[in-house]
Amino acid sequence: MNSYYVQILTVTGINIILAVSLNLVTGFTGQLSLCHATFMGIGAYTATLAALKLGIPFAVALILGAISAALFGFIIGVPTLRLKGDYLAIATLGFGEIMKNILLNLEITGGPMGLRGIPKVTNVYVVYLCVTLVIFSLNRIMHSRVGKSFIAIREDELAAEAMGINTANFKILAFVLGAFYAGLAGGLYAFFFRYINPNNFGFMKSIEILSMVVLGGLGNTYGALLGAAIITVLPEFLRSVSPVIAQYRMVFYGILLVAMMIWRPQGIMGENKVMKRRGQAA
Amino acid sequence: MFAEQILNGLTLGSTYALIALGYTMVYGILELINFAHSEIYMTGAFIGLIMVTVYKMPFPLALIIAMAGSCLLGVTIEKVAYKPLRKSTRIAPLISAIGVSIFLQNAALILAGPQVRAFPVNFKSASIKLGQSIQMSSLQLLILLISIILMVGLHFLIHRTKLGQAMRATAQDKEAAQLMGIKIDRVISFTFAIGSALGGAAGVLVGVYFNSVDPMMGFFPGLKGFVAAVLGGIGNIPGAMLGGLILGIVEVLGAVYMSRYKDAIAFAVLIIILLVKPTGLLGRKLQEKV
Amino acid sequence: MTLLEGKNLTMVFGGLTALDSVNIHINKGEILGLIGPNGAGKTTLFNLLTGVYSPSRGSIYFKEREIKNLKPYQITRLGIARTFQNIRLFGEMSVLDNVIIGQHCRTRTGVFGAIFRPPAVRDEEKRVKEKAMEILEFVGLAEAAKEKAKNLPYGKQRKLEMARALATEPELILLDEPAAGMNPQETNDLIELIQKVNDMGKTVLLIEHDMKLVMGICQRIVVLDYGKKIADGTPEEVKNDENVLKAYLGAALDKEVK
Repeated sequence: MNSYYVQILTVTGINIILAVSLNLVTGFTGQLSLCHATFMGIGAYTATLAALKLGIPFAVALILGAISAALFGFIIGVPTLRLKGDYLAIATLGFGEIMKNILLNLEITGGPMGLRGIPKVTNVYVVYLCVTLVIFSLNRIMHSRVGKSFIAIREDELAAEAMGINTANFKILAFVLGAFYAGLAGGLYAFFFRYINPNNFGFMKSIEILSMVVLGGLGNTYGALLGAAIITVLPEFLRSVSPVIAQYRMVFYGILLVAMMIWRPQGIMGENKVMKRRGQAA
Repeated sequence: MFAEQILNGLTLGSTYALIALGYTMVYGILELINFAHSEIYMTGAFIGLIMVTVYKMPFPLALIIAMAGSCLLGVTIEKVAYKPLRKSTRIAPLISAIGVSIFLQNAALILAGPQVRAFPVNFKSASIKLGQSIQMSSLQLLILLISIILMVGLHFLIHRTKLGQAMRATAQDKEAAQLMGIKIDRVISFTFAIGSALGGAAGVLVGVYFNSVDPMMGFFPGLKGFVAAVLGGIGNIPGAMLGGLILGIVEVLGAVYMSRYKDAIAFAVLIIILLVKPTGLLGRKLQEKV
Repeated sequence: MTLLEGKNLTMVFGGLTALDSVNIHINKGEILGLIGPNGAGKTTLFNLLTGVYSPSRGSIYFKEREIKNLKPYQITRLGIARTFQNIRLFGEMSVLDNVIIGQHCRTRTGVFGAIFRPPAVRDEEKRVKEKAMEILEFVGLAEAAKEKAKNLPYGKQRKLEMARALATEPELILLDEPAAGMNPQETNDLIELIQKVNDMGKTVLLIEHDMKLVMGICQRIVVLDYGKKIADGTPEEVKNDENVLKAYLGAALDKEVK
């Protein structure tokens, strides 16, 4: 296969992991997170540093990256998610920017220059093996007691609490799991592109991931998958048509988020009417 | 030296307070974090800049037009992006708000370019001596004065007018307010109008203060305005003012020790307040109606 | 034996006193009715007992244990379940899943269990599902198990709320206006159901406006008015209580004036 197409296919796979994991937090559990790319970045930097500086084997480095992202998720999740979820959006927004600031200023992360010379370990097979594992485990979680609790929290937090669900803990759990998967995607990204810098993992990337989930369908894993594929491939296609259009990408995401919420909140996969009503309560 | 820092903090803080008011008023009525508020602030700064540089308007007039423009933008955003979602799940208007924010930010990037522009306003850069060692620039005094006038005006509007009464009633209980014959849609529009006008004014003042305007300028002040609102107690108007001033002072003093991470201070304040007193300094305990 | 006791319960919102030094106790095994005009503080009392609010003053004992500072989920675990006046089902989930969620606090599968599904987890899931079906049969919703909760007609939604509450294995179940919006036939079914729940040994605390229902099945009735307890006794006693008559008559007069 043409290496350009293989690259797009690989990136699509990485984005699928990002989208389905954000969907766990935002689509299934109903908590808006705006720093998913930051968790990806934490995973990427941790995995890279573990492999480069400590000589840790790549598979282990990938997992370390995911775990450290999850750890950060926990640190942010505890103060914000113990309360009503409203603060999560703004706290994650701030956290993302602060993390970027820190990455830009630390010596060990190479500052704005980032890290270079990362060995290329990720290939399309590794990525899709990970995609399969992520989706498999996500599906199992969502069909279990844990996943049902996530959905119950989204549907009605107070009623969920009345069912004996420790809603604070389960919201944090969803957030930490989402960060874990995002960290994994970050490691894959680093070992694929062989060069990372803080701007790869900024707010705009988080918005791109959110757009994938919203486009495909909040609360629908395969919708998120489809959304990731479209948002990865479409700009590439448009770029080949006209380079000017690529410049308007972020404007397009903005319009997309508003328009989808108003006209098709269930996303293109449809069916799942997660977003239709604000519960039954007034 | 210390007193001067406090003064710098108050000046900065008064602009945070103006931004915080917009967040807190909207949250009080709709329980929505209006992410687009930081872009309304940015737009206000640009309108002010255009009025001053292109149309050569005197500053007070430019400020008023910037406020009017922001006001219009805020009301339009509410009508287009939030109103259709009033009955949807909690997360839908939040996502829509993020969408509006991204859209405006990037539209401004395309229209104005990423470069930072100066905001040339001719003030006599005199400094006023307060006591022995404290100096205050005329610009600082102006910013403080305008902020105070706007906040006093808001206080008057909310406590002395029928509209203000309707707003307070709606914030307390939307349904009951509706039963009393209050037109909710109008109250919401007014809330956005006033909050946005204050946000736009803050944009102009900060643009002048730092002599810089750019499409991304709303991001951190927006975040800090929100933190100020939470600090004071979200939904609480005097709280937003207090929160803004405190945050301004904390940030200026904190920056002395960690200038590189100046922007992280507000974030740390947010996390601490959420951990220690999530209802904020003046906030009532928020009770969900069951 | 006293199962639950609220002592001196006071709840102030802003400047408004919604409950004023209310003493209430519930005996094990009884059906206790809680009545009063609108705004008397009935639902507020429910919210205190279930941990949604923490009382401004006073204390709550469940089986002699102080519970006023516990969170709602902890109280549910101890054995108090509730339904909501305005129905708060998990609308997008199936009827069966709503009842399965009810068993959350009696089960333990975590993330790793969910992913690797060892035999213990499979067993638990099977048990949970069987139990959920049993409960649905008990309340008469078995045929609707696969439907989405929000697609059920109103009366059945109320029953599902009860089923979900029963799934938490409570000793005490609090029902907030379970007959609201029901037609006479549905109300009769409900009376039967509440009786059946009580026969299973569960204690019931019931807020209800339908006097026929309350007088019919409650062994004892507590009356609230303007946040104060004005009567506590058998249906017969309460019916003839001067204060109660005044409160209800007053409320009726108020309505006419408006």
